[in-house]
Amino acid sequence: MSVRPNIRPVGHKPPFWRDRAKRALIFQIILVAVVAAFLAYIIHNTQANLNARGITTGFGFLSNTAGFGIVQSLIDYSSQSSYGRTFVVGLINTLLVGGLGVIAASIIGFTVGIARLSPNWLIARLANAYIETFRNIPVLLQIFFWYFAVLRTLPGARDSMAFGEAFFLNVRGLYLPQPLFESGFGLIPATFVVAIIASIALIIWNRRRHEATGKRLPAGLISLVIIFGLPLLVLIATGVPVTWEMPELRGFNFRGGITIIPEFLALWLALSIYTASFIAEIVRSGIQAIPHGQTEAAQALSLPRKLVLRLVVIPQAMRVIIPPLTSQYLNLIKNSSLATAIGYPDLVSVFAGTTLNQTGQAIEVIAMTMAVYLVISLLVSMFMNWFNARVALVER
Amino acid sequence: MIHNKDTIPQRPAPKGTIGPIAWLRGNLFNGPVNSIFTLLGLYVLYLLVVPTIQWAFIDADWVGSSREDCSRAGACWVFINARFSQFMYGLYPSSEYWRPNIVFAMFAAIIAWMVIPRLPFKRWVALLALLVFPVIAYVLLHGGYFDLPRVSTHRWGGLMLTLLLATVGMVGALPIGIVLALGRRSNMPIVKTFCVIFIEFWRGVPLITILFMASVMLPLFLPSEISVDRLVRALIGLTLFQSAYMAEVIRGGLQAIPKGQDEAAAALGMTYWKRMGLIVMPQALKMMIPGIVNTFISLFKDTTLVMIIGLFDLLGIVQAALSDSNWLGFSLEGYVFAAFVFWIFCFSMSRYSQYLERKLNTGHQR
Repeated sequence: MSVRPNIRPVGHKPPFWRDRAKRALIFQIILVAVVAAFLAYIIHNTQANLNARGITTGFGFLSNTAGFGIVQSLIDYSSQSSYGRTFVVGLINTLLVGGLGVIAASIIGFTVGIARLSPNWLIARLANAYIETFRNIPVLLQIFFWYFAVLRTLPGARDSMAFGEAFFLNVRGLYLPQPLFESGFGLIPATFVVAIIASIALIIWNRRRHEATGKRLPAGLISLVIIFGLPLLVLIATGVPVTWEMPELRGFNFRGGITIIPEFLALWLALSIYTASFIAEIVRSGIQAIPHGQTEAAQALSLPRKLVLRLVVIPQAMRVIIPPLTSQYLNLIKNSSLATAIGYPDLVSVFAGTTLNQTGQAIEVIAMTMAVYLVISLLVSMFMNWFNARVALVER
Repeated sequence: MIHNKDTIPQRPAPKGTIGPIAWLRGNLFNGPVNSIFTLLGLYVLYLLVVPTIQWAFIDADWVGSSREDCSRAGACWVFINARFSQFMYGLYPSSEYWRPNIVFAMFAAIIAWMVIPRLPFKRWVALLALLVFPVIAYVLLHGGYFDLPRVSTHRWGGLMLTLLLATVGMVGALPIGIVLALGRRSNMPIVKTFCVIFIEFWRGVPLITILFMASVMLPLFLPSEISVDRLVRALIGLTLFQSAYMAEVIRGGLQAIPKGQDEAAAALGMTYWKRMGLIVMPQALKMMIPGIVNTFISLFKDTTLVMIIGLFDLLGIVQAALSDSNWLGFSLEGYVFAAFVFWIFCFSMSRYSQYLERKLNTGHQR
């Protein structure tokens, strides 16, 4: 703000429209009035329209019986369940495809992004071709491609593609063996948790010891062995209390095992592949944003190549990578709403689609759906901001 | 002093440092790990490229009029051929195709004029494109004036609709985006809060729910005697969505301008709008152009979502054509064609934005 020297004679006030503070105040009052009038107009119209159509507002419809089935549900659901239950099922399905999509997109994206910088000419070109192809094609088109052109044209259940008598792929989806846990299996997750706690303790102790004495153990490797080895030992010691239920062809369909519906597969594949092409570009530009002098300086200190990457390049690159990466994750979760186009039962499909059509409660349904996405956006940005602040401390 | 007037003849580079063999050794086979990667890459390339060429070109059927002409194992491009005009114009009456054609040609001419750096009068062409071209385009496409038969908007479709949605969404979003961006950087707390809420709301929800809202809730918000065309509803949703993203791009550009510029202009006694319009915006705009092109690319891809609320854009019309009982089973061809069209547009735009980024990368780098 600029400070004005008071050059006017005392007692002579400028007119109020020349006073910046008063002008701002008046302008803001007008703005509030206009927005309030606009909202009042909309609310008035909406009430008139709702009355004319005989729709009652309120969230009472959530406890009514839904009366339709959902093909994929991680919690108990039947057509006798309420609309509120439908909302929860849709939300869980959205989070499932979003979460698995984020993981897959990160793995593919980081791999391709690093491959893009490979000194190997062919690998770099292949990675570039991947990026340029998939990020320039609309994601809805990619979802349709995987669903209608690939998964819907697979053979029927009797001629399914079998992978070693345990995995079957056909037009109705992917069938996997399901683990059945017997009594005594609870010990293994417990060991797993203990192993993780032990590893964290080891890493902290190792860091302190390193700072105090300069000696260090390969703590990362040891904790990896503990985390995976200890549960494995317990598993063998307890006599492997797991049996696998194999999917079997009975009549026209498979019974048993886990079924992954083709709608999920198509959505998950398309979202991961599409978002990965953006993540790859972010990773590449993040790594390239680190001046080469940093690497050279680290080499001049005779750090080995592995430590140059781990201690110098990657921590700095992460600072550049994380903010755009966050918005890509959010984009993926928001794009998962395209599920409605192929009938995967996500939030938009079962709630803003079927429920809205059956109840006609447009305002409540759309508001709840939007609120869910807004909350997810806020939570992810808050987490990423916190993480970003932690990483940013590395700077200075 | 020894002085040699003759130039020493150039000697060839040491053996093994030039030529294709050396290039191969340097870029593909330097070390065992890289050699394995190269061979793997070649194998993947072989697996992908050979069947694709076989399917798309060698075994493909190109000429004909019905599905009986597609007898070979590869792609059936006859399907695309037969449906091509629909993919371009939607259900527009075929006797009136000259109207969208004129609009297409004018649009292409304007874009070319703006993009090619050497052509003069850019400012006037831009003004013409913003003020006169929309009127001409509306009169031609919609008709109802000058003895042109009316073509109602539900018959519009195909690539024409895709381009229309993207362009109108973009042009409408730019001024709203500028206002929102300035508001978000304002010192007035209420203005700032409103702008932040507006931007974060539209950015936080998926486009599909906005389109649902535009198609289901907009009629509720308006008095019952006003009915809004479905295309206009989609356009309102797209514009509001796009303006929030645009505002963030513009804000990024504004933040890159050193504060001293604004302060210097204020010291010269310029008002807020003069400072913004004459000093800050012209400099910021230069930096924003790549970002604006990038948001335009994503808007262009996002227009495909309007098919979910029942408009037939390029993807929507392809999808509709695939369920035609005369042409069942050619989904791969349809999607490949649509993907190709989208890819051409998006790829050339992204290349253009990269070119601009290099060209404009002159100042502000300290």
